[in-house]
Amino acid sequence: MSYNLKEQMSKPERFAPGHRLCAGCGAGIVCRAMMRAVDPEDKAVICNATSCLEVSSFQYPYTAWEDSYIHTAFENAAATASGVESAMKAMKRRGKLKGNFKVIAIGGDGGTYDIGFQSLSGALERGHDFTYFCYDNEAYMNTGTQRSSATPMFASATTTPAGIESVGKKQTQKDITTIAVAHGVPYVAQTTLLGTFKDFHQKARKAIYTEGPAFVNVLSPCPRGWQYPAELLPEICKMAVETCFWPMYEVENGEYLLTYMPKKKRPIEDFMRLQGRFAHCFKPGNEWTIEAAQKFVDDRWEALLKKCR
Amino acid sequence: MSIRDRLSGNEAIATAMRQINPDVFAMFPITPSTEIPQYFAQYVADGRVDTEFVCVESEHSSMSACVGAEAAGARAITATSSAGLAFMSEMLFVAASARLPIVLAVACRALTGPININHDYSDSMAVRDSGFIQIYAENNQEAYDNYLQAHRIGETADVRLPVMICEDGFITSHALENIELETDQDVKDFVGEYTPENYLLKAENPLAVGPYGVSGYYMEARVAQAEAMKNAKRAILDVAADFEKKFGRKYGFFEEYKMEDAELVMILMGSSAGTGKAAVDELREQGIKAGLIKVRVFRPFPGEELAEALKNAKAVAVMDKSEGFSACGGPLFADTAGACINMENRPKMIDIVYGLGGRDFTMDQAKRVYARLAKIVETGEVGPVYTHMGQRDKRKEVQ
Repeated sequence: MSYNLKEQMSKPERFAPGHRLCAGCGAGIVCRAMMRAVDPEDKAVICNATSCLEVSSFQYPYTAWEDSYIHTAFENAAATASGVESAMKAMKRRGKLKGNFKVIAIGGDGGTYDIGFQSLSGALERGHDFTYFCYDNEAYMNTGTQRSSATPMFASATTTPAGIESVGKKQTQKDITTIAVAHGVPYVAQTTLLGTFKDFHQKARKAIYTEGPAFVNVLSPCPRGWQYPAELLPEICKMAVETCFWPMYEVENGEYLLTYMPKKKRPIEDFMRLQGRFAHCFKPGNEWTIEAAQKFVDDRWEALLKKCR
Repeated sequence: MSIRDRLSGNEAIATAMRQINPDVFAMFPITPSTEIPQYFAQYVADGRVDTEFVCVESEHSSMSACVGAEAAGARAITATSSAGLAFMSEMLFVAASARLPIVLAVACRALTGPININHDYSDSMAVRDSGFIQIYAENNQEAYDNYLQAHRIGETADVRLPVMICEDGFITSHALENIELETDQDVKDFVGEYTPENYLLKAENPLAVGPYGVSGYYMEARVAQAEAMKNAKRAILDVAADFEKKFGRKYGFFEEYKMEDAELVMILMGSSAGTGKAAVDELREQGIKAGLIKVRVFRPFPGEELAEALKNAKAVAVMDKSEGFSACGGPLFADTAGACINMENRPKMIDIVYGLGGRDFTMDQAKRVYARLAKIVETGEVGPVYTHMGQRDKRKEVQ
């Protein structure tokens, strides 16, 4: 499949400007790119978990979504999508449906890794024909940067603040992408916001047009929670990938494929230094945190490479 | 032409569901409602319905899936009890505020703890403010008939609210009774097709559901929802009138039993009415002017109509089969007393909480309630307003 950025960007926007997301937030970029992956002749129903995205994109009486959209609660985007997809099947069977619809669920890491985990797992297991996008900004941002199970070790969050007795979050991140793979679903991928969006687009398109459940985890930086100037968003995404903090890969019917191999793996501090949430790690006496973070990234990267053969 | 059969309350409700053949049924099992989706699963397996039957992983997800499905343009249903209803309660509020006429069958069961699988109304009463219409059945026939009316009530254009069809756990859900079923075709003709105006899967016009409503808009949405619940009163009576015309069985907000000249009145809900009516019959033989009101529709609450029905009553005992922990009476009492507040000749009124967790309600107890009311009329003294009945230690009962 050839990819042409200019061609992609000339498509009509399906996530319209005028939403209330912060400058430098990844979520809006995720949504625009996600909707570009739906063929123009197809329609979509977006099922959104309660999140920054929800309160910023559908504040009555305005919506940024050109397609049908439903928000119901925080922990159930996948269950809501299950209902929409089931309705679609029943209505198609009874000749009550016109057009081709794609069911897309989207939630933050709170709504995906944590409170929405059961609902997601259930929907993946049942095999509904839908795609779940997680825009992973690594903490509960809508309520003000509380730690989630996606928050990386040593990040300072408002419930794991750095202090004299604390170097931020103690635990490592939950590997939700691998957990999604363990459901035996046909397509799982991990990507972020890079360059021409070729990687994102190809994975999103494959996910949306694969029959059955698909899961796409997108690293989606948050300028407020990660503490960086808005214009640094692309650089942070790039460093997440170049340090192997956020490997780019996909799993098709259980087969792992690395979709990007950094020419030279950068040290993790190149990713951490750009963000205020890790500032305490660079203070004298805390050098060990960077070493520990490096070891975690290295171990996980090696394990992934083995799976990719 | 009706069909005589012998069914449990659960099978009667499942039969109504089969006859209606909804688009989506999202299920999760919980005692004593589990049989409803089990019967339905067999209808699916035998090709008697072509419903999309989804076995989700929790009650929170069953109601979430119903919300998604109904918003998408489908007729969506589920069934639950007790902890399941409590677990899905967040989504009940969402379903009602999104104005989605989902139909939920509830086999009412006590809430934990201690954990208990038997009947009372602590589950349905705990969600009485969710925005669902709530209709209660005395027996299997009423459970079936109420279900047949539910979709049309909820789907009425100026209502568009979800409906809870409540039966008493085990007492009604599991006991077999003779029942008059209607033919599949008559049911289909009566219930009709679901044709929503706007829905997510309407190709020619996308829809957005579930907005963030700031202070400048939230109140308007809630007032509109409150108006819809008021409109539901008319819709319930309209559908009941149509039902009577087609099937011959009459329904209203509540049933009045020997109320024409009644001075001593017991107000209750559900299967206890059978016991209550038998007590009334016995007392009437003794010349005591006893009467009974069985509340069928609890949401919307028929306050004005109840006050009117009580205008000749001298003493009223409201029987609450759930403990609201307000320290001043159960939910049925609170609403009934509120409804009577502006009456010219207000009767004396007490609340008796009884039958919790499947504790039996006996003829003897029902007669003791009327004896208390007689004493109140005789002495003019109300005595303790809020008491419990049927505890193990009989000395604790107020006579």
